[in-house]
Amino acid sequence: MSGDTTNSPTPTTVTLSPPRRGEPVRPDIEPSAARARIHAAETALLDDRRLLTGEELTGLAALPDDYVTSLAALAHQVRLSWCGPEVEVEGILSAKTGGCPEDCHFCSQSSQFDTPVKATPFLDADEVLQAAEETKASGATEFCIVLAVRGPDERTMQRILELVPMVQERTGLNVAVSAGLLTDDQARRFGEGGVHRYNHNLETSRSFFPNVVTTHTWEERQETCELVRAHGMELCCGALLGMGETDEQRIELLTQLQDLDPTEVPLNFLNPRPGTPLGGEQPVAAWEAIRWIALFRLGLPGVILRYAGGREVTLRELQSMGMTSGINALIVGNYLTTLGRSADEDLQMLSDLRMPVGALTGVL
Amino acid sequence: MDTTGDVAAPDGAHCTGCGSLSCIGCTRTLDPPRFCPQCGRRLTVAVTPGGFRARCRDHGALAPT
Ligand code: SF4
Ligand SMILES: [Zn+2]
Ligand SMILES: [Zn+2]
Repeated sequence: MSGDTTNSPTPTTVTLSPPRRGEPVRPDIEPSAARARIHAAETALLDDRRLLTGEELTGLAALPDDYVTSLAALAHQVRLSWCGPEVEVEGILSAKTGGCPEDCHFCSQSSQFDTPVKATPFLDADEVLQAAEETKASGATEFCIVLAVRGPDERTMQRILELVPMVQERTGLNVAVSAGLLTDDQARRFGEGGVHRYNHNLETSRSFFPNVVTTHTWEERQETCELVRAHGMELCCGALLGMGETDEQRIELLTQLQDLDPTEVPLNFLNPRPGTPLGGEQPVAAWEAIRWIALFRLGLPGVILRYAGGREVTLRELQSMGMTSGINALIVGNYLTTLGRSADEDLQMLSDLRMPVGALTGVL
Repeated sequence: MDTTGDVAAPDGAHCTGCGSLSCIGCTRTLDPPRFCPQCGRRLTVAVTPGGFRARCRDHGALAPT
């Protein structure tokens, strides 16, 4: 009827963020069926306090975009119920950059790819201590010393074992280390040497891993993760989303992480690096990233789920939404080879969200 | 924050993102400089939680921008 404009769309100049390559088309489902899935997950996680199965997570991952806010709301309640309101803040330092012999296809520090990152030797103790002081000044409780190596040689072991108590005594920060694959003896020495938490990422599911790394196996990574726990350190075992893996493979990774039972899971989003085989990929779409933050919390209710690399590029203005979708930890300041937004911006965000900063330990 | 805007290299300078003279600038806002603007060589860069230091073998430390 002429003159009736109530159903006319409002003209807009905003182009909706398009689906990325490989992003699945999720068919509409009956609203009652969608609500039933979310309600069942709520009962399992908040009343029965049990982990969701792979099948249950698959059902949630298949919900259309309109349900992302419902997944996020549940994930936030799960995080508060299992972990409390605190947010753990960490600073990281690449103490030895580039020149790594491994071929992780996402990494600008691999010597197998021609990237702009130049290999640099181990920073001296003063530089590491200064970086730890910078971290302390941002209100962090955790400081992670990271090295681009396949695994530590004896000289590296000794340097790390000297640095860990120095940083701890000077700053009072918990000191974490990430130095690649470990032998049983190396894991024992780190455990005895005061390493509070050891980072070793699975990155992706067992079935997808050979597509992105060929110089070592997923099983080798898993073995190091198990050694970390066996020698009394907290395990920090992260994921990297956006390398071309499917939803099924993300769920596979989630169930593999459930088995491994880490204290912390840093969640990275691919920031495509020039010169690497994945340099031409597109970042994960922001709304898709919120969906997967929520699903990681629903799959791993008790872990410290940390915002790690790629969040600025992937989420842009939606970064605070991630904090109410299951995230309860973040890396502040810069990353290993790229810069982050300022620590002040993150601390302001936490203040605005009324989320206190504090140290966490896993409860899974 | 603009995380994808390219930063143009000044006239006659090498691009700090790729080292090329002809590149109009491919350094992203959240990337430190990687190539010396004077000679185009790869810089030694140390990224720390609160900043970064970039140094050319021949031209020394890059002045912070
Ligand atoms: S082992 Fe670590 S530093 Fe080496 S290429 Fe893989 S991700 Fe990069
Ligand atoms: Zn360039
Ligand atoms: Zn130079």
